Amino acid sequence: MGMTMTQKILAKHSGNKYVAPGMLISAKVDMVLGNDITAPVAIKEFEKIGAEKVFDTEKIALVPDHFTPNKDIKSAEQVKLMRNFARKMGIKHFFEIGQMGVEHALLPELGLVTAGDLVIGADSHTCTYGALGAFSTGVGSTDMAAAMVTGEVWLKVPEAIKFNLIGKPGEWVSGKDIILHIIGQIGVDGALYKSMEFTGEGLEFLTMDDRFTIANMAIEAGAKNGIFEVDDETLKYIAEHSSKPYEVFTADSDAEYVREYTIDLSKIKPTVALPHLPENTRPVDEIGDIPIDQVVIGSCTNGRIEDMRIAAKILAGRKVHKNVRCIIIPATQNVWKQCLKEGLFDIFIEAGCAVSTPTCGPCLGGHMGILAEGERAVATTNRNFVGRMGHVKSEVYLASPAVAAASAVAGKIVSPAAIMD
Amino acid sequence: MNYTGDVIKYGDNIDTDVIIPARYLNTSDPGELAKHCMEDLDKTFVSRVKNGDILVGGFNFGCGSSREHAPIAIKASGISCVVAKSFARIFYRNAINIGLPIVECPECVDETNDGDKLEVDLDNGVIINHTTGKKYKTTAFPEFIQDIIKSGGLMQYIKNKK
Repeated sequence: MGMTMTQKILAKHSGNKYVAPGMLISAKVDMVLGNDITAPVAIKEFEKIGAEKVFDTEKIALVPDHFTPNKDIKSAEQVKLMRNFARKMGIKHFFEIGQMGVEHALLPELGLVTAGDLVIGADSHTCTYGALGAFSTGVGSTDMAAAMVTGEVWLKVPEAIKFNLIGKPGEWVSGKDIILHIIGQIGVDGALYKSMEFTGEGLEFLTMDDRFTIANMAIEAGAKNGIFEVDDETLKYIAEHSSKPYEVFTADSDAEYVREYTIDLSKIKPTVALPHLPENTRPVDEIGDIPIDQVVIGSCTNGRIEDMRIAAKILAGRKVHKNVRCIIIPATQNVWKQCLKEGLFDIFIEAGCAVSTPTCGPCLGGHMGILAEGERAVATTNRNFVGRMGHVKSEVYLASPAVAAASAVAGKIVSPAAIMD
Repeated sequence: MNYTGDVIKYGDNIDTDVIIPARYLNTSDPGELAKHCMEDLDKTFVSRVKNGDILVGGFNFGCGSSREHAPIAIKASGISCVVAKSFARIFYRNAINIGLPIVECPECVDETNDGDKLEVDLDNGVIINHTTGKKYKTTAFPEFIQDIIKSGGLMQYIKNKK
């Protein structure tokens, strides 16, 4: 019986020739990730069992990004705990403010994760690295602690769903629209416990930033991981960003999938997820008049350079609507520097946006853009649960940077085409 | 392991944001987290939950964030066991890893109401609703997971193995 990409990576890392869906394995990890919310809990667990050293000082990444720059004393204490642990253990990849970024944008950019890797992270959006042909999945703090001690993680080999992408996406359609469309189709538990494997001729029209966005939101369909077939685009990205050895795993022609979907990218329209679940999707042209109070462009889903460029293209020479606050957050220091170099910040500031240093702040309702009662936001983030960005009676609409920027100008949710004509 | 308690029941897709909102994640103290458990979904939860109560949910219970603070908050609030139609993957792992018993049983969830008295017998894979008198069979955990639970969680399990 053939194996999927995920099965092959799991077989390799568990020392098996073959692994079948449902098998429980112990696998070696190439990278263990934690942030300022989850790592402190992991560190306490690590210390509780009297562990004295980590399994590998180069295979752990600690990124304070959620409540940073620290919003209060308690969050500062959490980062202090993490910083002291990193120093004591000699952990190489601890990223202080000024070097850091939103974790899932930062790790690929620095080449710390690459094709064929097995990555676990105490953050649900760790599935982002599937864009590179890696197996990566979110876990909790105890899993992180155990992996920091042993270098291994227990996993159940997942069944897989195949997404065969065909066709070329139309204007204003990006990775965000594609993944929102897919989640709208299969639901927030449509891929529960499973691997989402993306392949097909449509891949050639997807940039790496599109793929990071799609893999990032696999968790919003309940998936264990999302993974893309490695092509020339992937190899080019890896060559530019990483000096780590990598390995390309390809699904066998007789690999088994529990379901297969063909997604015609040319038929997807700019799409929005309405409150309060990512599956409540609708094409932006069909949602009617929805006035908004805030726009957030950033996060591990859509805070990369292409996202900044598309937002700037729409905001250039235009003004943010008088009733709207527009917050722009480049996901890493490098994205920030590139925005500066390309003059994108001039455009944002002229338009009346606020630009922030990298942070996850508003995405999880942490800080830097909390919503008041009854307020409505369009965000390029990944979740729109009840109370996600603030008051329990506020609302979050998920959209692409293009839709978010256009909506900032219009003061209501609109398609980019509506203001660009 | 056997748990008997009164049911507190919610619907599908109970996400980690409503189990423990992000604004409280600047602490990992279980007692502090328990004070805000379910706050954005049901303000009465904290005042009505009693030690030993059983939480019942629909499909995809615990979806969303990887925050282990969610099962920690549930456990610290006194809940002895969670029964749902299905669990989100990371929540499932986290619950096992910290020793919060969880069971999938769609049929039982459909036929159980808020306030019913439920008995969950993990060893034999049986749930009894003492209010309706109905009995349900559940799937037992794989041996490996049972070992983790018997060890008192993942960290003790790896410590024993070392």
